[in-house]
Amino acid sequence: MTTYSTNEFKNGLKIMLDADPCAIIENEFVKPGKGQAFNRVKIRNLKTGRMVERTFKSGDTVPGADVVDAEMQYLYNDGEFWYFMSPETFEQLAADKTAVGDAAKWMKEQAVCLVTLWNGVPLSVEPPNHVILKVTDTDPGVRGDTSGGGGKPATLETGAVVRVPLFINIGDSLKVNTQTGEYIARAKE
Amino acid sequence: MGHKNDWQPTAPLTTLRLRAALLARVRGFFAQRDFLEVETPILAHAGAADAQLAQFMIEDPIHGQMYLQTSPEYAMKRLLIAGSGSIFQVAKAFRQGEVGSRHNPEFTIIEWYALGYDDKRLREEVCALIAELLPHLKNTPRTLSFSAAFKDTIGVDPLEDPIDALRKNAYTLVPSAKHLTLDTRDEILDLLMSQAVAPRFPDHHLTVVTDYPASQAALARVRADGLADRFEVYCGALELANGFYEAANSRQYADRFEEEARRRRERGLCAIPADERLLAALTDRPLPDCAGVAVGFDRLIMLAVGAAHINETLAFAIDRA
Repeated sequence: MTTYSTNEFKNGLKIMLDADPCAIIENEFVKPGKGQAFNRVKIRNLKTGRMVERTFKSGDTVPGADVVDAEMQYLYNDGEFWYFMSPETFEQLAADKTAVGDAAKWMKEQAVCLVTLWNGVPLSVEPPNHVILKVTDTDPGVRGDTSGGGGKPATLETGAVVRVPLFINIGDSLKVNTQTGEYIARAKE
Repeated sequence: MGHKNDWQPTAPLTTLRLRAALLARVRGFFAQRDFLEVETPILAHAGAADAQLAQFMIEDPIHGQMYLQTSPEYAMKRLLIAGSGSIFQVAKAFRQGEVGSRHNPEFTIIEWYALGYDDKRLREEVCALIAELLPHLKNTPRTLSFSAAFKDTIGVDPLEDPIDALRKNAYTLVPSAKHLTLDTRDEILDLLMSQAVAPRFPDHHLTVVTDYPASQAALARVRADGLADRFEVYCGALELANGFYEAANSRQYADRFEEEARRRRERGLCAIPADERLLAALTDRPLPDCAGVAVGFDRLIMLAVGAAHINETLAFAIDRA
């Protein structure tokens, strides 16, 4: 297993802390004149998403975490697991509810997602930044109103609910920003 | 990797112009006081003894293992022993792994040694230089002992409190360190100083800390009362200067080199050969009675322009170097 000295700390480095894989978000070197130096580090726990602050003695080593990001295609879910496939090796992996989290409400079959793997097991899933999804339920459209003012909720085929302009109808395909959960435009499909 | 977006300077050009102007004032300051400007090698056969400092090492086909200096101290002391008189230098120094909002692995030190000075007179000179470069710092510097600095800010007695009490205070005051093993008193004091005491110093105001415990003397004189003639100058929590009434005794240097070599072995760090030329000089003749100090020039620029990150004072910070 690789170990990293605090000298090698940089943003994005993946390390093990309290038996959980973590990513370094910010590393600050602190030294009192001539004495023992410290690294004050902001760390994100990749399992829980929680941020913590830790102080290390400079020169200390920590084990690296075998964490990689892989682009994988979402296949289907069976109610318990979400299945993904590597487009290169065709290898299939199952991600549980904790790993998929909020991504679930944006993912349609075939979508290429960024899956973070820890020791080969999915740790988290990020949906594409923009997805095109069909409206399965919304109040009837108001013809001619393209102002976008006001708006109404619409349920999409994946279960996500977004605010849409009044002219949107059931069956329309919408382009949605998954980071903000906002409607961008009507899409042709 | 493409460098389309990162060829630009990290400091605004206005800051670089101010930097040049302040550098000229530094030289003027020392010219007025009859200091000789010197340039010593930044690449040398001997590295620094300090176990705390990670050094850049360069393998030369003719000269073998060489080191980029972590400070110009040893070479300047050889000049002092050789009879240079009072000297100053503006030098690049290098410390591996020191990266952050106040650190760049390559940085600029103003270092000077004043013959016939003690630490008190040198402290005043450091404050005078800073006042000249940073006229917007209007308050007179506060001077307080290491012990008073701890008592005033966090109510801890760094010299008298038992180590267990100090450790408990450290874990409470610095919660992000509560998993750390803190074995020695100095480690605890270092943690407290950098993360609890200095952060409580007043902003835009110089704080001069004096009378360090002997265990933190480095190469300062240690007095009969057990305290060292060492001082540090802070502005807010930002450390600007570290100075000493220099130890003249060659034994103290040899002991310190041995002590640091031992610490290196204990931590499994690579051995750095002691600076035999400095030791030889000290054996030959004593270091003249003097006080010496190093001031971080980049940090003065940070204060001059109100920069939050040292990168804003450097033409090209390490990522763009």
